[in-house]
Amino acid sequence: MNRIIKIILSDILKNKIVLAYTLILAILSWGSFSLEDNSSKGILTILNVILFTVPLVSILFATIYLYNSSEFIELLLSQPIKRVKIWMSLFIGLSSSMVISFFVGAGIPLLIFAPTAIGLMMLLVGSLITIVFVALAFLSSIITRDKAKGIGIAIMTWLYFALLFDGIVLFLLFQFSEYPIENAMVGITAFSPIDLARIQILLQLDVSAMMGYTGAIFKDFFGTSLGLFLSFLLLCLWAIIPYFISLWKFKNKDL
Amino acid sequence: MIIIQNINKKFSKLEVLKNVDLTCNKGECIALIGPNGCGKTTLIKAVLGMVLPDNGTIHFNEKSISNEYLYRNDIGYMPQIGRYPDTMTIGQIIEMIKIIRNSNEALDEDLIKAFELEKMFDKQMRTLSGGTTQKVSATIAFLFNPEVLILDEPTAGLDPLASEILKEKIIKEKEKGKLILITSHLLSELDDLVTEIIFMQDGEVHFHKKVATLLEETNESKISKAIASVLKQKKPETQNPKLETIS
Repeated sequence: MNRIIKIILSDILKNKIVLAYTLILAILSWGSFSLEDNSSKGILTILNVILFTVPLVSILFATIYLYNSSEFIELLLSQPIKRVKIWMSLFIGLSSSMVISFFVGAGIPLLIFAPTAIGLMMLLVGSLITIVFVALAFLSSIITRDKAKGIGIAIMTWLYFALLFDGIVLFLLFQFSEYPIENAMVGITAFSPIDLARIQILLQLDVSAMMGYTGAIFKDFFGTSLGLFLSFLLLCLWAIIPYFISLWKFKNKDL
Repeated sequence: MIIIQNINKKFSKLEVLKNVDLTCNKGECIALIGPNGCGKTTLIKAVLGMVLPDNGTIHFNEKSISNEYLYRNDIGYMPQIGRYPDTMTIGQIIEMIKIIRNSNEALDEDLIKAFELEKMFDKQMRTLSGGTTQKVSATIAFLFNPEVLILDEPTAGLDPLASEILKEKIIKEKEKGKLILITSHLLSELDDLVTEIIFMQDGEVHFHKKVATLLEETNESKISKAIASVLKQKKPETQNPKLETIS
């Protein structure tokens, strides 16, 4: 397995897009920390950057890379290698290279300017979000053979989680504002990895005091260690479930 | 060595393989022939585990190949259209396959020398012509001295000189007692190569005979003529539109 991961990793790390992604993350993180006078504000800025760009780049790059390596996959399949191994090596190679560039780009400034629990948590959440969206990319690229369709699905997935989901949540909030829906809102966040990540971080920051009653309910749930553990578990499930569905599909695919 | 039992495969509605039963033994050199779209490549891919049959079993060396992968150590496969990562060079591809196989046995680099691939080792795969890509595919198929060679249209796209080199190589390997499976449309090229013929049509195996018996039955001296006379006798009712215009 290691041999194939090594080949994939060296191929991805040579890619200029990954380099550019690292650079952009670095510029944004260094920039927001130097512009804001306190690190808490800086973290808030970076949070929004991370929750927007990291999922987009992870899912798009991974989807396109998978489509472009269809020849490579075919070549490997005629060699004595298990299918599971090929898919797993691709997953490990892609997610680790994206996590590495996240670490180098955003992780270093985070550790320098905010070496607190929140900073570390940002790192962890950012890496998890990266892996979640790489897993979603695996799912969207195995659903269809058509490259354009697959990339379309990937962009739609990102749009849905980054923008539409919040819209739907807001809509629900206003429509049912007469009812006691605060507890249900906590449940609904589980349906979007980006929201899970956002709330996890926001509640560690002081700004959560400004979120009103719903914020208090969130704090009640996510503030406890059990809530935190559960939400991390949910984030992990967001990576595991799409990956295993894609693996099962890949095992039964004709090439 | 390879025993195929009752294989069926459907691609959505199209039945590509219908109840295929075949036995291939060591030392044979088998030509798999038939019109375009009769399921030759699908059958080969099923043996390689790239296409998963709907039902039926394939045994390789008395072991079922479903969920197995190590048996591919003993197979050298040359695809009809070799597809390789665009940005890698010939040298990198060959190096990568060597790393993946991780074999300790002596490598068979005859074809690298014969095709003079060393000179082109730093050429990227996307810049190669179809013929050169075929040469790379052939080299990889023979590189690890496999017991079984599966060659899908090996000489298509090769120039006469290269295809002669490849043919000589195939004959050499055949004499070592390996099982060789070739699909080809150029029947005239098969004369001095093959010992058996499998004729497929519309996903079914029409016949599987020794070349000698086939020639005897049809009173011909060349494979191409023998096949033609078999086809004339049978006047097959085919669903393959390409063949319909021929017959």
